[in-house]
Amino acid sequence: MEEQELIPHLFRTEYRKIVSVLSRHFGFDQIETAVDIASDTFLTASEIWGLNGIPPNPTAWLYAVAKNKAKNHLHRNLIYENKIVPELQNTYSEIHPDEIDLSPQNINDSQLQMMFAICHPSISTEAQIGLSLRILCGFGIEEIADAFLTNKETINKRLFRAKEKLRLEKITIELPHLSELDDRLETVLRTIYLLFNEGYYSLSQNQTLRKDLCLEAMRLCYMLVENKSTNKPQVNALLSLMCFHASRFEARVDKNGELILYEDQDISLWDSDLIRKGEYFLNCSASGNKISKYHMEAAIAYWHTQKNDTIEKWENILQLYNQLLQIEYSPVAALNRTYALSKANSKEEAIVEAIKLNLTDYPFYFTLLGELYTGIDTKKANQNFQKALALAKTHMDKNAIQKKIEKL
Amino acid sequence: MKEFLLIFRADYKTMPKGSPEEMQAMTKRWMDWIGGIAAQNKLLNIGNRLISEGRVVKANKSVTDGPYMEIKESVVGYLIIKVESYDKAIEIAKGCPILNIDGNVEIREVSQL
Repeated sequence: MEEQELIPHLFRTEYRKIVSVLSRHFGFDQIETAVDIASDTFLTASEIWGLNGIPPNPTAWLYAVAKNKAKNHLHRNLIYENKIVPELQNTYSEIHPDEIDLSPQNINDSQLQMMFAICHPSISTEAQIGLSLRILCGFGIEEIADAFLTNKETINKRLFRAKEKLRLEKITIELPHLSELDDRLETVLRTIYLLFNEGYYSLSQNQTLRKDLCLEAMRLCYMLVENKSTNKPQVNALLSLMCFHASRFEARVDKNGELILYEDQDISLWDSDLIRKGEYFLNCSASGNKISKYHMEAAIAYWHTQKNDTIEKWENILQLYNQLLQIEYSPVAALNRTYALSKANSKEEAIVEAIKLNLTDYPFYFTLLGELYTGIDTKKANQNFQKALALAKTHMDKNAIQKKIEKL
Repeated sequence: MKEFLLIFRADYKTMPKGSPEEMQAMTKRWMDWIGGIAAQNKLLNIGNRLISEGRVVKANKSVTDGPYMEIKESVVGYLIIKVESYDKAIEIAKGCPILNIDGNVEIREVSQL
């Protein structure tokens, strides 16, 4: 790999490891220091490698430099603490630079613990996603701003406030106690799922960025599966769900970046390897006695990998949505449930149920009604598609609705 | 939003003891009806279905077997919904599959005190 490709690549994979290990070593209140040292390490790398060429083992080189920088930092602090403020209790004297441990085991543990520290219920989910992207995924502020369709200042402020909050709450970088693990894991899983959805349904036109968000979410979830204490049924269910969704990544967008609807997708573009992985993790999720919403959603996603429209398929999907809605209501699930109802029972029945939903703020509500009236009442179908068109936010959505109107 | 308890009553004797296919169709009707309530975000508590046996403890502490097989209107299940008014509750109750087997739905507002 050339230097100009290698450094961004290593930044993606190694930055978060260095930040996690150093933050854990210094304590969460020193997270800025950890971030600075990690960034500084990459700056040094780009300078030195540009002059002297790439070292034989670039990763080890980065770790060694990061370790040195951390040592220097601690050393400077020691002098400051000992000579300038000797009357204060020296908090750094307990930290021994030599103990900075960049072994694979410690890197993994640190990242996992960092994940729990960041996905803490005391900060907003938006801030959790932002911090995850910054610290666990090594995303730049600009990329995060792009993903959230906002500007760098907003993201900087949001991340700063979140870090302040975590510092004030004295959040430690460690795995939660066993008794809290399930509750805290729920927050972590929700953040991972939102991160994935941010990529999968994002309004951002940047396809590469969107795919990266999804892959990062899957990677974080995989880390939880790999760790014995967090390898729980609901974690496997979420990973399975994401594998099934991601399997359609190539098939759902055409060359011009236009969204291709599920029923129009070319199945040969579905990633069969990811579908098999989804099935594997779905099987792994089938233990224990608690059924999470991720189990339901993974099972629904599984049925969507069966392209043929059988009664069995739609009846199963309908019943899964019926159960999912009992666990947790969401407008999207309500709309999808009504679509499944039209396929499993009848369009007429689904129209009656759809009207009861009255989700008039959602463009997809009118798309659904238009879809249900198609072939039954063309005038009403057209009226609803027009309403959907007026509410649609993205060019992609508008195009998809326009195609439906043309087909009427 | 107000909370309403929906109590399903039916006659155990006239309840269909049909083929597995018929029972499955019956279960599906219930699942679809409850799913429809949940899809409107109006399901507060999924409640329970009851089996036909029971005991009754009376004021004098005597205990009798529930006469549920004998009486015409036994409680067979319940759930709780949240809607604005009795009218909305009635609208939902009208779709209840218990009506298909000649049962009825009693609607009672839950006291917030």
